Amino acid sequence: MVDVAYYVALSAILFTIGALGVLIRRNPLIIFMSVELMLNAANLAMVAFTRVYTVLEGQIFVFFIMTVAAAEVAVGLALIVAIFRTKHSINIDEMNNLKG
Amino acid sequence: MTIDFILFLILALVAIAAALGMLLSRNAVYSALFLVLNFGTVAVFYILLNAPFIAMAQVSVYAGAIMVLFLFVIMLLGTETLPPSKSLPWQRPLAFILALILAGEATYLLLVRKAASGPIPQPVDTFGSPQAVGQALFNSYLLPFEITSVLLLVAMVGAIVLTQKDKGK
Repeated sequence: MVDVAYYVALSAILFTIGALGVLIRRNPLIIFMSVELMLNAANLAMVAFTRVYTVLEGQIFVFFIMTVAAAEVAVGLALIVAIFRTKHSINIDEMNNLKG
Repeated sequence: MTIDFILFLILALVAIAAALGMLLSRNAVYSALFLVLNFGTVAVFYILLNAPFIAMAQVSVYAGAIMVLFLFVIMLLGTETLPPSKSLPWQRPLAFILALILAGEATYLLLVRKAASGPIPQPVDTFGSPQAVGQALFNSYLLPFEITSVLLLVAMVGAIVLTQKDKGK
C-alpha cells in the first residue's frame, strides 16, 4: 500500500480546492458542490487512517458522514429552490436580506 | 516506483484535475459531471484502501443519488450559467491568499509529522468487507444507525415542506 502521507496530502489538496470554490464562485449550486468536495476529502483521509490502524470504526464513521451529507444536500437544495421562487435569482450576491 | 504508487499517482492526478474542472467550469452542469468523476476516482481509492463497502456506498449515494439531485435542481432552475454581476473587487485575491495559507499549513503539518509513518500492518482478509461493516453497524452501532433513519426522515419532511407552494395566500 502507498504511504498514508500521500493519501493525506491528496485529501488536503482536494479540501483546499473545495475551500477555494466556496470563496470564489458566485453560483450557490457550485458552492454547494465545493462543500461536498470538502466532505469527501475528509472522508478520504479518514478511510486512509482506518486502513493504517486497521480499526473498522473509521469506516462506520464515514458511512454516517455520507448519510448526513445526503440529508444536508436534500435540505440545502430545497432551500435553494425556495429562494429561487421568492427572488427569481440564485446569485449569491443578491442574498443579502433576511426579509424573505 | 511500485505498481501501487503509479496507480495512486494516475488516480490522484485525475481526481485533482476533476476537482479543478469543477471549480473552473462556466457551466454548472459540467461542474456537476466533473464532480461525479472526482467521486468515482475517490471510490477507487476506497477500494485500494480495503474499504469496498464504503466504495459502493460512495458510488451509489454520492455519484448516484446526490449528483442526480444536483443535476435535477440545476436543470429545474435553469441556472446553468449565471449572468456576471459586480462582485467585490478584493474578494478573489483574498480568496487565493486564504487558500494558499490553508495549503501551506497542510504542507507544513505533513512535513513535520513525516516521522510518524512506518510499516503498515497487513489487515485480515475480511477487513472492511460488507459483512464486517454490517456486523459492526448492527451490533456496536445500532443506536446511531437507527437515529440516522430518523435524520433522513426529518430531511425528507423538511425538503417537502420547504418546496411546497403556499396554499394560504
